[in-house]
Amino acid sequence: MQPNQFHSLAYSFGFYFFGLIALASAVAFVTRKNTVAAAMWLVNVMFALAALYVMLDAQFIATMQVLVYTGAIMVVFLFVIMLLNLGHPSELADARGKWGYVLALFVGLALLAEVMALNRSSTIDKMIPPDLAAKAAAAAATPVAGGIIGPVAAPLFKEYLLAFELTSVLLLAAIVGSVVLGKRRTDAR
Amino acid sequence: MLVEALALSALLFTIGVIGVLTRRNAIMIFMCVELMLNAVNLSFVALSKLYGAAGQVFVVFTMTVAAAEAAVGLAIIIAIFRHQRTVNLQNINLLKG
Repeated sequence: MQPNQFHSLAYSFGFYFFGLIALASAVAFVTRKNTVAAAMWLVNVMFALAALYVMLDAQFIATMQVLVYTGAIMVVFLFVIMLLNLGHPSELADARGKWGYVLALFVGLALLAEVMALNRSSTIDKMIPPDLAAKAAAAAATPVAGGIIGPVAAPLFKEYLLAFELTSVLLLAAIVGSVVLGKRRTDAR
Repeated sequence: MLVEALALSALLFTIGVIGVLTRRNAIMIFMCVELMLNAVNLSFVALSKLYGAAGQVFVVFTMTVAAAEAAVGLAIIIAIFRHQRTVNLQNINLLKG
């Protein structure tokens, strides 16, 4: 990354713009009573996050975000919502009492304060080994073949190859599991 | 921009947690969990800009797990709906004892 690009006004404007879109859409998502409307707001959050990934130099992840999250996962969600006919605002959608909301707000604020305290750069510097940043800077200085995808693909198929292969087993188990759970029992006595 | 990205990630995660705690519709709770996973992915990507591309590899794994989780979870919700005719978690209290 070039430092001047990182700090330019247009970059900051775009970052805050998409960040605010993501935040406002998330608030709208969590307050909708209608499940279909909530799913649409969640799609908006994911698109804004994809834009932020592009601005953070993760173009491949941004593509996967649009393809997998908004294109596949949310379609499955909407499919189930419409299959079960849950699109109408149900009167029981928000059945927690007033104290439930107060407690949830309290827990949320406590969690937010905790994560914000952890996110301070001094804490991050303490948690991450000091040689890691230097190694990453050195790796960024030497260009990897393969353009945008190369830097992601190299560790994926070298250091994390075992995890990558295990992911295929996980996906197979998920396919079999969802078919078994979803199919109608026809051999009922 | 790292600080802003991490702050946005924390805010989105908190919104997801509040949604999980306040909603009673199983599908809404599921979507809030997806929002929390997205917030964590944003942290991974923001930190990968400084600390190397391994963070982006972990985002790929997180997306795979999220896809598998959504498929199995929605199948479970469909199975529950067949039995109970509702996805309201207040009415699904068979294990309450």
